[in-house]
Amino acid sequence: MGATSENPHQTGFLTAWVPVVLAAAIFAFFAGMIGDVSAGLAPEWSWAWLPGLDVALAFRVDGLALTFCLLISGIGTLIMLYASSYLNGHPEYGRFALYLFSFMLAMLGVVLADDIIALFVFWELTTITSYLLIGFNNAEAKARRNALQALFLTGAGALALLAGLILLASIAGSTRISEIVQVEGLTEHRWFTGTLILILLGAFTKSAQIPFHFWLPNAMAAPTPVSAFLHSATMVKAGVYLLARFHPAFADTSLWIWSLTLAGAATAVWASILALRQTDLKQALAYTTLMALGTLTLFLGQSDAYAMTGFITFLIVHSLYKAALFMVVGAIDHETGTREVAQLGGLGRLMPVTALAAALAALSMAGLPPLLGFIGKELLYAGALDAISAPVLVTAAALAANALMVAVAGIVALRPFWRGGVEALPKTPHEAPWQMLAGPVILAALGLIFGLAPSLLQDTLVAPTVAGLLGTPDMAKTLTLWHGVNLPLLLSGATLALGAAIYALHGSVRAFLITTLSRLPAFDNGWDVLINGLKRFAAALTAIIQTGDLRDYMRWTFLTLLVALVATGLLRNAFLWHFDLSDMSFAVAAILIITALAAVTATRATSRLMVVIAIGVVGVGVALIFITFGAPDVAITQLLVETLSVILVATVMLKLPRLYEGGTNPFRAGHALIAVALGGTMTLIMMGVVQGPLDLRLTEFFEQSAWVDAYGRNIVNVILVDFRALDTFGEIAVVAIAGIAAYALLRATSYHKKGEEK
Amino acid sequence: MNSLILKTASRYLAAILLVFSIHMLLRGHNEPGGGFIGGLIGATGFVLFAIAGSVAEARKALRIEPQNLAMIGLGASAVAGLSALFANKAPFSGLWLFLFAEEGSKGLPLSSILLFDIGVYLVVMGAILTLVFAIEEEV
Amino acid sequence: METGLALLIGVLVAAAVYLMLARNVMSFLFGLLLISNAANLAIFTSGRLTEGAPPLVPEGADAPVGIVANALPQALVLTAIVIGFGLFAFSLMLVFRAYAGLGTLNGDEMRVAEPKEDKA
Repeated sequence: MGATSENPHQTGFLTAWVPVVLAAAIFAFFAGMIGDVSAGLAPEWSWAWLPGLDVALAFRVDGLALTFCLLISGIGTLIMLYASSYLNGHPEYGRFALYLFSFMLAMLGVVLADDIIALFVFWELTTITSYLLIGFNNAEAKARRNALQALFLTGAGALALLAGLILLASIAGSTRISEIVQVEGLTEHRWFTGTLILILLGAFTKSAQIPFHFWLPNAMAAPTPVSAFLHSATMVKAGVYLLARFHPAFADTSLWIWSLTLAGAATAVWASILALRQTDLKQALAYTTLMALGTLTLFLGQSDAYAMTGFITFLIVHSLYKAALFMVVGAIDHETGTREVAQLGGLGRLMPVTALAAALAALSMAGLPPLLGFIGKELLYAGALDAISAPVLVTAAALAANALMVAVAGIVALRPFWRGGVEALPKTPHEAPWQMLAGPVILAALGLIFGLAPSLLQDTLVAPTVAGLLGTPDMAKTLTLWHGVNLPLLLSGATLALGAAIYALHGSVRAFLITTLSRLPAFDNGWDVLINGLKRFAAALTAIIQTGDLRDYMRWTFLTLLVALVATGLLRNAFLWHFDLSDMSFAVAAILIITALAAVTATRATSRLMVVIAIGVVGVGVALIFITFGAPDVAITQLLVETLSVILVATVMLKLPRLYEGGTNPFRAGHALIAVALGGTMTLIMMGVVQGPLDLRLTEFFEQSAWVDAYGRNIVNVILVDFRALDTFGEIAVVAIAGIAAYALLRATSYHKKGEEK
Repeated sequence: MNSLILKTASRYLAAILLVFSIHMLLRGHNEPGGGFIGGLIGATGFVLFAIAGSVAEARKALRIEPQNLAMIGLGASAVAGLSALFANKAPFSGLWLFLFAEEGSKGLPLSSILLFDIGVYLVVMGAILTLVFAIEEEV
Repeated sequence: METGLALLIGVLVAAAVYLMLARNVMSFLFGLLLISNAANLAIFTSGRLTEGAPPLVPEGADAPVGIVANALPQALVLTAIVIGFGLFAFSLMLVFRAYAGLGTLNGDEMRVAEPKEDKA
């Protein structure tokens, strides 16, 4: 960045091209695997990661993964190219390219991972990188808010997903996805329902299914290349990918069938309606993405070969045309300075290449022959008619959504180019630079090429994917433009007619929608209410716990400790009363009583000399206990430390004021209560501990080996300097650090003080 | 504290404590004692010296900055622990060398363990003296 | 025997907690000393008590003769005592500096980091 001297923000050559070349290389790498995968192979790589938990960094390329990889890296390459021109001269283009590329790698990780932990880690990496991308314009409050919203929502979903995946792994007894989906009887396990719900929560939040849909349109705060990549072709497809990945294992349960059917259908129809309401081209496209995600989810709820073939075809179609259309809208925005539908028109003559790409992409979106979109739609209708859940509902939802898509395709891609004349625009439009044209043109052309020659996709990607989804090979239906006159064809005709009608009546439909929808409560506002409530709750709680009063912190600490100890003790039944003083000699009793009395004296004394003496007596008493019970080393250490402590305290006390400067402590009785309760709990715990079993294996090992193997007769010392030397090394390091830190504390501050005095 | 008797006696007492501390350190492997106890006794000797006389005198008698003493000790322990690597053993395993060993007698045992314990001794003594001297000087 | 130790540990903890809740931070430090002692005793007692017999291997023997005290908790407690001293000395230094800087030992008045908000 900043390579040229005239414009410090000119995007450097390397900054612009390195991501493009790398992404293209990745695409080429995966393209080279098509041959293997279409032959039914699934290349795998695996590295041990957490061998103790049997977790591996395992990757596996099957049909589904390869389809996603090609879409991600292929569209990624075009987006990087596009972005280098779209954001040319942006002062932080380097940061942007880094985020975008990191996101692409994370997304590839998600679809390649064959281990649930690896999958989750990459899943979260997409969440984090997408957060950075959505909030890229971090000077705008709206971008920050929407980025956080996406982070919270998909992050919360990811936590549910993690719980679900761990449950799934413990049911199946493996963390390998390719093994899990083949385990028999998975769906009969008593944890299955909970597991599935958790996994679905993760997938639905990521793929923005109702009622978690509102973050996706908000995520359009990101720069357009991000929207084109994340919110059409990749990130939101992660949820769909996850559903597809587990389809073979779960698809025959009614929970799966109905939750996917209902969530998918509701999202598809609702999103299409909302799409019609928008006046901003980018927002309208965002809602059609929601619609596509709903449709994909809806069809993953089925298990029919038509539905599966339709699913994967529509997935490819949608990624191609949606990325193309987003890039077209970005180009319009870039060249005209606006994305408002009402202001745009007649751009076809000024931007002919863009217009052509937009037209092809829109025709694919509308599902017209001879484009790939038509084939996908036909397959979906065929699958809908055979749906296992509710054919009528599925078909109706698909019909409604597709008809609305036709209308939106017209609004987004035809109107700005072919309607009326050019109105007064913020900028004088002309054709976009070639980097921005390459993406839409190539992607739109692919929609046409695949439509004319569907066999290009048939055996390479569609057949292996469908085989993976259904668990049996050779089930994929043939992709073809002409199936003969049948029900799907008639439905296509109806879709077109309905869509055209909506398009024609678009103005009044939108006015109606705007007035009607404004009366309904919006999910987005609900989110704000939720977040504000949470903030207020946090503030109130903090005000109670974190008062700024040091002693309040001590009270909270001790009370928490008390509750935790008592609750654990009661739950585990660990408090075992044991009172037996019969084995106590007079001497020991005397030591214990004197020590206890000294401790009590320390709390009651008002003179600090008295307190120091009392503490000293306690220390000596403890040392006597050590010597009595066969611990001379410990006793000597205790005595020496006690001596040094008293010397230190006495020295420091000379410079400190008296302990009690007058005034009474109003909480004294409460403090005594806490103190006695904690002390009593401690006694009870010790009584329980000494009655429990004692594992002496380590001690016996030390006793047997101290002389024979370590040539030492003092077992305690041998443990310290030989058997547990690493531990001791850590401890003396702490002692050394404590000494030097205290020294630094004194020296640094006294030097500082002297400096101030000058 | 300006007692002449204490001042004079403390010199001899400190010297005795220092010798005693080394005795405790060296016998530690077979009888009560060791680096921790030896280091504490040695530190007590110098603290006594500092209280009876002055910190400056105690520092002079020590000849080396106490924090450096602690660091040397930590280094010695680290070397002792890592020396096992050269003998192809796990770090912190003991290496033994028996000088003048005869039948029935192990002679003079030298070991990485002893070096480790000396390191402990130096760290404990150095760290405590760093603390105590700093406080005494400040007050 | 263990019962007596359990009772003593309880008394030490109670006294320590009471001192640590006091307003004067010096009292807090005394509480810290007491609670370190209580913790060391608790570890020591958990290894069970054996009167009189230190864990030493006598001359001429390969292993301790007869029942000796449990060596493992002793080793743990020994280092804990030294580290506890390091902690105490550091805390003492902090209190001393705090007094030099703030002119008070009253914990209620040490509010430089979190000043009292005016509720007016």
